[in-house]
Amino acid sequence: MGGTIFLVNFFTMGAAPVKIAVCIKRVPEMDGAFKIAASGTAVDETGLKWDISDFDGYAVEAALQMTEKLGAGEVHVISLGPDVVQETLRKALSMGCARATHLKCDVVPFDPFAIASALAAELQGGGYDLVMFGKMSIDSANGAVGLMVADLLGMPMVHGCSKLDIAAGAGTARREIEGGGELVRFSLPAVVSIDEGIARPRYPSLKGIMAAKKKPMDVKPAQLGPVRLTVQKMDLPAARAAGRILGEGAAVVPELVRLLQQEAKVI
Amino acid sequence: MPTYRAPITDYRFLLTELFDTSRLSAYAGYEEVTPDLLASVAEEAGKLCEDLLFPLNMSGDAEGCTWENGVVRTPKGFKEAYKAYAGGGWIGLAGDPAYGGQGLPALLRYVVDEMVCGSNLSLAMYPGLTQGAFETIHLHGSEELKTKYMPKLASGEWTATMCLTEAHAGTDLGMIRTRAEPMDDGSASVSGTKIFITAGEHDLTDNIIHLVLAKLPDAPAGSRGISMFLVPKFLVNPDGSLGTRNGVTCGSIEHKMGIKGSATCVINFDNAKGWLVGEAHKGLRAMFTMMNGARLGVGLQGLGLADASYHSAVAYARDRVQGRSLSGVKNPDGPADQIIHHADIRRGLLFMRAFTEGARALSVFCGLHIDDEFRAPDAPTREAAADLVALLTPVIKAFFTDLAFESTNIGLQTLGGHGYIREYGMEQFVRDARIGQIYEGTNHIQALDLVGRKLPEGGGRLLKRYAALVAEELAASGQVPQLSAFATTVGGAAKQLQDATMLIMQRGMANGDEAGGAASEYLRLFGYVALGHMWLRTCRVALEKKASGGSLDASFYDTKLATARFYFERMMPMTHSLFASISAGSGAILDFPKEQF
Ligand SMILES: Cc1cc2nc3c(=O)[nH]c(=O)nc-3n(C[C@H](O)[C@H](O)[C@H](O)COP(=O)(O)OP(=O)(O)OC[C@H]3O[C@@H](n4cnc5c(N)ncnc54)[C@H](O)[C@@H]3O)c2cc1C
Repeated sequence: MGGTIFLVNFFTMGAAPVKIAVCIKRVPEMDGAFKIAASGTAVDETGLKWDISDFDGYAVEAALQMTEKLGAGEVHVISLGPDVVQETLRKALSMGCARATHLKCDVVPFDPFAIASALAAELQGGGYDLVMFGKMSIDSANGAVGLMVADLLGMPMVHGCSKLDIAAGAGTARREIEGGGELVRFSLPAVVSIDEGIARPRYPSLKGIMAAKKKPMDVKPAQLGPVRLTVQKMDLPAARAAGRILGEGAAVVPELVRLLQQEAKVI
Repeated sequence: MPTYRAPITDYRFLLTELFDTSRLSAYAGYEEVTPDLLASVAEEAGKLCEDLLFPLNMSGDAEGCTWENGVVRTPKGFKEAYKAYAGGGWIGLAGDPAYGGQGLPALLRYVVDEMVCGSNLSLAMYPGLTQGAFETIHLHGSEELKTKYMPKLASGEWTATMCLTEAHAGTDLGMIRTRAEPMDDGSASVSGTKIFITAGEHDLTDNIIHLVLAKLPDAPAGSRGISMFLVPKFLVNPDGSLGTRNGVTCGSIEHKMGIKGSATCVINFDNAKGWLVGEAHKGLRAMFTMMNGARLGVGLQGLGLADASYHSAVAYARDRVQGRSLSGVKNPDGPADQIIHHADIRRGLLFMRAFTEGARALSVFCGLHIDDEFRAPDAPTREAAADLVALLTPVIKAFFTDLAFESTNIGLQTLGGHGYIREYGMEQFVRDARIGQIYEGTNHIQALDLVGRKLPEGGGRLLKRYAALVAEELAASGQVPQLSAFATTVGGAAKQLQDATMLIMQRGMANGDEAGGAASEYLRLFGYVALGHMWLRTCRVALEKKASGGSLDASFYDTKLATARFYFERMMPMTHSLFASISAGSGAILDFPKEQF
């Protein structure tokens, strides 16, 4: 990678307590085999295992590390969805977040604006110095909610941070771009979304898991925005065609070459 | 490549529905323990095993441990993973909080153990023995030893070993030669050579605490003259920092069939400074604290490996196409059918499934009684629980590891020739599972413990208590029309167990070898009955939950019932053959002339 810019860690200032919100999504683990539900517009959820979306996990870890380094401050987690999202919030609490808010709705709408509206309504007036998102959710992969929330809150937004530091009133972030990186400075309060590579999420410690049971979890109805975007149809990638065996030994080489040239067109 | 999927849904069922774990919160120290907390901890432990431990399982096996000039290096990645595991507080999970433990139920330790061992047995061995040492020092050590060593064991800053075996003394520990000379300062000078010491030397931690069996100069002969000493690799200063190196060295490590990432060491003690743990000459009894826990732990190792093998075998069987189903084409678009359609492949997979899930239920059942044994407020409950745990311990150790070896072997067979090839990982499960039948007392020694010690105790009190529990379940399940056939099967097998007990006791009285010749089969018969008991309960609760809306998908309960059917129809009949074999007596074994072997 040429032209790398190294982040100067200018953050050494003392302990003004920061308040960080991390918005997290509960998603199916991606190593499972997916089926499409009878509706044709959603994934069949039976038998899937669920966890915090990968990028959101990095965001939680980055937030915790920042407050730990500062020695002051709190990380709140927010998630929108049906009751089961409380499991995901609980996990973030067991990693060390201080409190959780569950914005309750029966189904998570596909339209990112509907979600962003509900989150912005919750975040508005919350006194957060920093609002964090994953770069995108690994299931719907829109990557839009964070950007929309920033706009709705009228805050600066840095998308896809691979490094992040905040100090009194300002922050710096590194973003990976084609062939290099760039260092960004922004004022607080701000919204950032997190790329991979920033920090590996910690495993909840036993103490953390037990403590999480006692941390506050606020449940509120989600004030969803209008839903103007819906999924019409989902399909699975076409099954790979079975391989063909031409035979054995040198005799089949000319045929193989012919097929690679004329049929597969790879040589 | 094999995959590991922690059985967290099954644990949610076992911990929140099949057994009443809510009673734990009434015990002192467990006030915050709820069924849901138990299930959550199990879930997080499962993820840790999937993401942190299992990825090092095959690489650890391929690389193994190395020894050079007394220094042992563990495979790449072990140290970091160990630190993360220890840092999460998992080693001290069930330990007394007064000494750095997390104070959670013992039950939970066994739950976590299954998954930790199933995902990476070699790595699990390092913290595994530490937990046993913590408990042993807790129960038998002086206050000084406790405060000095236990917190560092709970945090995993140091690990521990159990040093029993010597080259000429394995099962028969009465013959050990390691000596301990009392010193003027109250310590002892320990000298001798131990072999096969798990985690005896390694690079994961700065210090290693050995619990060593040795004989004092005035020791009575045999097993009544054995004392236990705590011997650290590095002496520990009064402020807790490390002092000079003690006279403890690692002479070599073994080259083994399996658990290659676990260092199995020759440990030489040369005038090493040690401290008596417990009373002089009562060391074997103290060591049994460690060994009983460890025996259950070994049973769970087997269970974990069988489960890991099962999931990898299923994945392969779904994918591999070979031959056509005998009942007609199942995969018309493909060149052949997936092998999961073949009846014999399904039989093998179901054997593994019915064993692992039944065994898991039994281990939770037993784990819950361990907490009753130590925490229940009333003495009768504690005594009843202690009896049950004592009776089930040899069964869990030997039956689980025997069937685990069979299961991992079936898992390998499912892959055909590919199962025999290293990169598929299935042969590692077989090799790793094999040791469980040997260490912590060979499986036959477990059978002798069951037949020779546990059955006669208190005029058969232990078995009577157990039989009463089985009868209770039979009465409850007998009321459920769908379960009457299963209940009859379990009732018949329980009767066979009673009859076999009588036979062995009578014949064994006249000739001990009669009992010795039947003991291993008897233990196996016991195991099948115990799993039958668990499966019956599982069916009853699954039906209840399905009707009343349990916390899991309806398909979960249906699958439990379908698995139970396989157990009752295709596995439980083993009791007939075992009973016939036991009934025939040991004449054929004992009359055979020794010269003709
Ligand atoms: C990988 C590994 C790790 C180990 N880790 C440890 C450890 O950490 N600490 C430790 O102290 N030891 C450890 N051991 C030792 C292990 O516990 C012993 O190998 C085991 O107890 C058997 O002892 P032995 O090998 O001397 O066999 P033996 O006692 O010689 O037994 C040989 C055979 O005879 C049978 N037998 C023996 N006595 C009787 C009897 N009275 N009646 C009927 N049958 C009998 C046995 O069942 C066995 O089949 C480990 C061993 C291995 C291989």
